[in-house]
Amino acid sequence: MIINHPLLGPRDSEEFVYLGSADLIKRPTNWEQDASAEDFYQYQYIRENIAGDHRELWYHEQGDQSWLVVTRNTLSHEILNVELAQDVSRGIGRGK
Amino acid sequence: MAIIDFLSPLVGAGFYYKTFMWPKAFWEKFYEPAIRNAAGLGTLSTEPDPDTYDKGFRYCDILIIGAGATGLSAAITAASSGAKVILADEDFLMGGRLNTESLKINGMSGSKWAKDTVAALSAMENVTLMSDTTIFGVYDHGIYGAIENRASEAREDKNKPRQVNWRIYAKRSILCAGAIERSIAFGNNDRPGIMLASAVRSYANRFAVATGDKVSVYTNNDDGWNTARDLVLKNIRVVAVIDSRSISPVLRVPGAEIFMGTNVVDTKGRKALKSIKLSNGKSIDTDCLAVSGGWNPNLHLTCHHRGIPKWNEEIASFIPDESNPPGMSVAGRAKGTMVLSDAIIEGHNEGSSVASNLGYKVKESDPAETPKVLYSVTANWGVPSGKNRAWVDLQNDVTAKDIKLANQEGFKSVEHVKRYTTLGMATDQGKTANVLGIGIMADNMGQTMEQTGTTIFRPPYSPVAIGAFAGRRRGMEFYPTRYTPSHKWSVEQDAIFVEVGMWYRSQWFPLPGETHWRESVDREVKQTRASVGICDVTTLGKIDIKGADVSEFLNKVYVNAFAKVPVGKTRYGLMLREDGMVMDDGTTARLSENHFVMTTTTANAVNVYRHLQFCHQCLWPDLDVHMISVTEQFAQYAVAGPNSRKLLQKVVDSDCDISNEAFPYMGAGEITICGGIPARLFRISFSGELAYEIAVQTRYGDSLMRALMEAGEEFNVVPYGTEALGVMRIEKGHAAGPELNGQTSAYDLGMGGMISGKKDFIGYKLGLREDLLRDDRMQMVGFKPVNTQDLLQAGSHLLNLRDKPSTETDQGWISSCIYSPILGHYIGIGFIKSGHSRKGEFVRAVDLVRGNDIEVEICSPHFVDPEGERLRV
Repeated sequence: MIINHPLLGPRDSEEFVYLGSADLIKRPTNWEQDASAEDFYQYQYIRENIAGDHRELWYHEQGDQSWLVVTRNTLSHEILNVELAQDVSRGIGRGK
Repeated sequence: MAIIDFLSPLVGAGFYYKTFMWPKAFWEKFYEPAIRNAAGLGTLSTEPDPDTYDKGFRYCDILIIGAGATGLSAAITAASSGAKVILADEDFLMGGRLNTESLKINGMSGSKWAKDTVAALSAMENVTLMSDTTIFGVYDHGIYGAIENRASEAREDKNKPRQVNWRIYAKRSILCAGAIERSIAFGNNDRPGIMLASAVRSYANRFAVATGDKVSVYTNNDDGWNTARDLVLKNIRVVAVIDSRSISPVLRVPGAEIFMGTNVVDTKGRKALKSIKLSNGKSIDTDCLAVSGGWNPNLHLTCHHRGIPKWNEEIASFIPDESNPPGMSVAGRAKGTMVLSDAIIEGHNEGSSVASNLGYKVKESDPAETPKVLYSVTANWGVPSGKNRAWVDLQNDVTAKDIKLANQEGFKSVEHVKRYTTLGMATDQGKTANVLGIGIMADNMGQTMEQTGTTIFRPPYSPVAIGAFAGRRRGMEFYPTRYTPSHKWSVEQDAIFVEVGMWYRSQWFPLPGETHWRESVDREVKQTRASVGICDVTTLGKIDIKGADVSEFLNKVYVNAFAKVPVGKTRYGLMLREDGMVMDDGTTARLSENHFVMTTTTANAVNVYRHLQFCHQCLWPDLDVHMISVTEQFAQYAVAGPNSRKLLQKVVDSDCDISNEAFPYMGAGEITICGGIPARLFRISFSGELAYEIAVQTRYGDSLMRALMEAGEEFNVVPYGTEALGVMRIEKGHAAGPELNGQTSAYDLGMGGMISGKKDFIGYKLGLREDLLRDDRMQMVGFKPVNTQDLLQAGSHLLNLRDKPSTETDQGWISSCIYSPILGHYIGIGFIKSGHSRKGEFVRAVDLVRGNDIEVEICSPHFVDPEGERLRV
């Protein structure tokens, strides 16, 4: 596969390491509340098994060490979008 | 094997599955070897592949697959635009079937036209010609696998690759792979001398070989007649043309008897074909029968992304549907365009439109001209052949009757029939047999070809040696070899090396006269604990971290507090995974307000760095943190033992005070050594002794090792390896790889007290799950044999004294174990249920594999200097 890196252009997927769903960005922040135990459980273990467009994390280990959010169709392997994970993270309000 | 011929009525589809079932043990030892032997299968060589393979990478705008008439036509127009074109063909001679035909193109022979066209293309800078190269797979996003055969070159020179596995990145591709002829299933159609008509024609036209003196032709299509015509032109005698269609003869074939609406039903001749028998009862003497059952478009590659071929009644074969892999188009016979003149125009136009689509301007030109030769065909899957076997898959010995039997026994899906009969499972993957087999199936089951369908085509198109996928990555080149900067020095000391995280680390340093590794290791430990020892710890992961928010960041990734680490101090840190299990440990030093250096274990260096980047970029992107791995930029040495300070004072520049007061335990700082060379010094200890780690830029590593050894001479300094390092860490009860196995929590390791309850960190919340806090989990403690002469071994399982060994009674295991030269007996650390509250209890350490069963006492894992007094002197 070829991943079109937002900074470096098209790169072979061999340069990358795959992690999993981009939902891993959404780490719960309510750690002080009792209810967060369930949230952390969902965050760590429960994944959608998507047949279609899947947002997932790839790490450019043999490159610039960017974490990327790649939107890939799991049926066709078509890659529809590639974003820097830090932009996605900021986009959902994560900061410090 | 004549016996099998005689018994053939008994040996049908699934025969082996049905017959050799009993007794079970006989299959592997007796039946299978016997059958393999009878089938003429060889023995697998146990030798390494003697050949060399290579990999290569190429990039182009347009990849044209197949350099026959269509592919060459496409290449000319595509290349005229300036687009970067790769033209690949599996033959060493480009031209495809033009090299085997007698037809004329642009008034010259087809082979001459092909040769001229190839010459013109090779003169163009934007064209790469790859002959002897098979495109074997179509992968995602325009990546094509290609195997180039260079066997002849490799035979001359052993260092040259036999095959090159190319990865071709192409924006677009045009498949011009032509078509492959198929056979007809009739009785005894496997005698020597019975061949595909196109093969007979190739022998005659390309190689000047007559395949018989009295050739006959059996066809169901017009192209079979071209074989008869070409043979006559070469003065090879054609005795008969048999066409299964009830039409008028297609051509005049001088000297041949013509039979229309007739089939071949049987053949005779033991070692070579002697005669054939026709459906009209007539017998014909012939020594070569050229069979043409029609042509199948070579659409294999169009299906590599799960495209499903569709049936075309007009050419009685499958053609590609529109769902080709993205970027691929098809032209010529591969698409089902069977008339050559049309195929040439199609290639010409496709090359032009693909190049235009990519934004290139194509030069106007006319397609090559050739007389229009029509092609018509009526499917013929064979005729009833009675007791005679009608072969479908000649490479895998599958007959029409086998397919019928499979259908009768309930195998209705083409995929099931394939696996039950082995139809199409030989090395040719059914290229000549499959469509014929599907036709027979469709007839048996009274359904259409479309309903029957094909099996799924997958890469590789044709076999590729495993070695070609490995390329140069075998033996020592399988992965990189990493040497530390002082490796040469270690070699000079005759060190024994061990591979850790691709690094070569010194395991121990044998002295002359030492015959057992334990002698060396015991000496290294004793000398270090008595005076001073030096260990190369360069391989530990080192991560340089800078920024205003680093301490806050470390607080989030370590279980313990890092927010208030003072400048000039280092701190031990424990890192968890999000699920609460320990991931890694190490020390992190604060060199200045905004500058930290973290160490990781050797094995986890890559993973920890990746994890930290994830935490920063994905979870807390606005923290002012910048990090880079500096593992290979620094050489680092542990200097351990009561005399370590005295030794270091001889190399550290005198203006740097490293006295106990100025540079206490867990101190860290930037210093200079040997007259101004910058270095970093950390007062940390893995051995439990007064100890330091000193780091210099990589290029000084070798010199520093030599300088330290020289300075230590008066203290009887000793270099020690990873074994002595392991002995001393177990004597101190430090957890390492065998304890950090991904199933242990900080509590299990006895480090629950380090966990800060005042902050969130990776692994905090899930680490608090009820079951992870239970007292009866496997907890890390120390073990020592009751009888100090006993051998204790890692891997032993722990049992209560009166229990029998079983899964139910299992209490835990010994994870790390060594002989302690200081204590004079074996000691171990390991995990046992409720271990922390069982100190003083006696249990059994049982090793059923190595036959060891001893009594051990549960104790603290801190065997030597449990109060840690030596560290602080």
